[in-house]
Amino acid sequence: MSILLDSTTKVIVQGITGREGSFHTEQMQALGTKVVGGTSPGKGGTKHLGVPVFNTVADAVEATGANASGIFVPAPFAADAIMEAAAAGITLIVCITEGIPIQDMIKVKDILREHPQARLIGANCPGLITPGQAKIGIIPQRITAPGFVGMVSRSGTLTYEVGSALSAAGMGQSTIVGIGGDPVLGLTFADVVQLFEQDPATTHLVLIGEIGGSDEERAAELLASGSRLKTVAFISGRTAPEGKRMGHAGAIISGNRGTAKSKEEAFRKAGVAVAETTDEIVGLLQ
Amino acid sequence: MKLLEYQAKEVLASLGIPIPPGMVARTPDEAAQAFAKVGPLAVKAQVPVGGRGKAGGIKLTKTADEARAAAAQIIGMDIKGFKVPLVYCEAALDIEREIYLGFTVDRDARANILLLSAKGGIDIEQVAEESPHAIARLYPNPWRGPLDFELTQLVYDAGLGEIARPLTSLIKKLFRAIPDYDALTAEINPLVVTRNGDVIAGDAKLEVDDNATWRHKDLEQRYGSVLEGDPYEVEARKRSLTYVSLDGDIGIIGNGAGLCMSTLDLVQRAGGRAANFCDIGGGAKAEVVENALAVILMNPEVKGVLINVFGGITRGDEVAKGIVTARDNLKMKLPLVVRMSGTREEEGREILRRNGIEPGASAWEAAKKIVELTQAGVPR
Repeated sequence: MSILLDSTTKVIVQGITGREGSFHTEQMQALGTKVVGGTSPGKGGTKHLGVPVFNTVADAVEATGANASGIFVPAPFAADAIMEAAAAGITLIVCITEGIPIQDMIKVKDILREHPQARLIGANCPGLITPGQAKIGIIPQRITAPGFVGMVSRSGTLTYEVGSALSAAGMGQSTIVGIGGDPVLGLTFADVVQLFEQDPATTHLVLIGEIGGSDEERAAELLASGSRLKTVAFISGRTAPEGKRMGHAGAIISGNRGTAKSKEEAFRKAGVAVAETTDEIVGLLQ
Repeated sequence: MKLLEYQAKEVLASLGIPIPPGMVARTPDEAAQAFAKVGPLAVKAQVPVGGRGKAGGIKLTKTADEARAAAAQIIGMDIKGFKVPLVYCEAALDIEREIYLGFTVDRDARANILLLSAKGGIDIEQVAEESPHAIARLYPNPWRGPLDFELTQLVYDAGLGEIARPLTSLIKKLFRAIPDYDALTAEINPLVVTRNGDVIAGDAKLEVDDNATWRHKDLEQRYGSVLEGDPYEVEARKRSLTYVSLDGDIGIIGNGAGLCMSTLDLVQRAGGRAANFCDIGGGAKAEVVENALAVILMNPEVKGVLINVFGGITRGDEVAKGIVTARDNLKMKLPLVVRMSGTREEEGREILRRNGIEPGASAWEAAKKIVELTQAGVPR
């Protein structure tokens, strides 16, 4: 079992003919992901990487019955791509693109309210992977192993690092979800935690957060209200000075909210183990 | 990008919002000339941080000589780490009352929030804490912006009904900063009502989205280079690096923002202090590593460098070769510790060892190692 994605999910790739889109589609196919097509306006009717290319998402959905999409289009077009997928009835939208203007994402969030079936992951995220079954995005299959640990993270490379450590320790993962580091996002920690709670195959949870915003605090509140998952949380950025922006647009601290300290305290209060370094995560989870 | 006050006011003026007459001065003489044109002046330090008044960065002047002296004192002053490059000489206002008006991105609501309060001119965060009801709020629809009746409600909620008309029209203009400039935060504090009943922007803060500069190339060109800022950050920007200067002595390079931040945390835990944050992105390409190292080595405080790279799709041997080449090209002599893992990590570590770079076994071990090496290297 898994959340959001498995080997039966029918996936299309928006921007499939681009450099990034092509490369990662091949990686997704190599894992066995059911990639049923892709879009690239003007290239409809052609084939790429063995699957049909369509001009629009609506055309792709009509022809293939796709229910999930990975978005690899450049930032100026990515917000529109998300809305296009939602309007075409896609239920799982994964936007990898980095650098989408925040005001564009605010508009996207408004439109998504009209399409409650659509779940958005990202943008500016590594996507998600259900080890041994399927992935949408760029999480390397090599760091994963099938198993029982749910992972949800705001950071890409940190996820890979922790994923490899877990896999090496024999603790495989049910699904790994990279929700992304932007301030205005699709699914939040709390959303993904709820999904893991409902997945019988997931018994453990690793949550990798960072400074900024209060999504981690909200997830902590949710876990405090009763959870069957054995959870470890890690927060990066505890030494980041206030007001400095650390790459992720999201990692900005203002006032007391959003600091590493407030997040760690929220998790401790919820009875969740907090790892001080990523090296500690495996030990705390066992 | 955070704009300076005078830049933000130019933007406000372009939206049709009234601003006081004013002139930029880069020298004391220019401030005296501004006085001759404008009259009694507030001479204001131009820095992208708050609290400049308390730091002595704002002076009211009644003569040209006073204006000259104030400028001489303020230009070059250090305010919270920013060297004041110039002053804005602005006509002193005849203030009847001060209002707070602003909008920002509410992360939790994933929306823009408009804020209006009759209690302006002071720290709005303090108002929010002590009397939250004194701030009226509105979440405008991001596609159509605030509607007239919504703004009327906002204005009455804030207890500012008697100036509803000029205020609603001004707020509408301010909100145009979102479609026109991709503003993330705009703040007019105080929004001044003068004794003549004019409503005019006393101060202005504006932050525009760096992700949207492709839509506003003119803005970058006009304002991007005025602030001298941190020389390493400026150089890093030229080389398209995500770099933030810090005040320690250990240079840090990581790939991915989260990994890089956690590396800073580890260095601090090991008793060291990071000189910077530098995220070279997921791919960790050789030329990017070299650019990052070059910027870090510009800083004379740096006594050693820690590179922490996770190769997901990028191969460890390629990353290692890139690091060795960068070090050799830059003739780097300082201690260098590299922690890498991921695809082909063993091959990568072997390449590092062959070239005299000790690979750290884990991120924590690597952090301890670089702290030890840099502390040993400091002559005492």
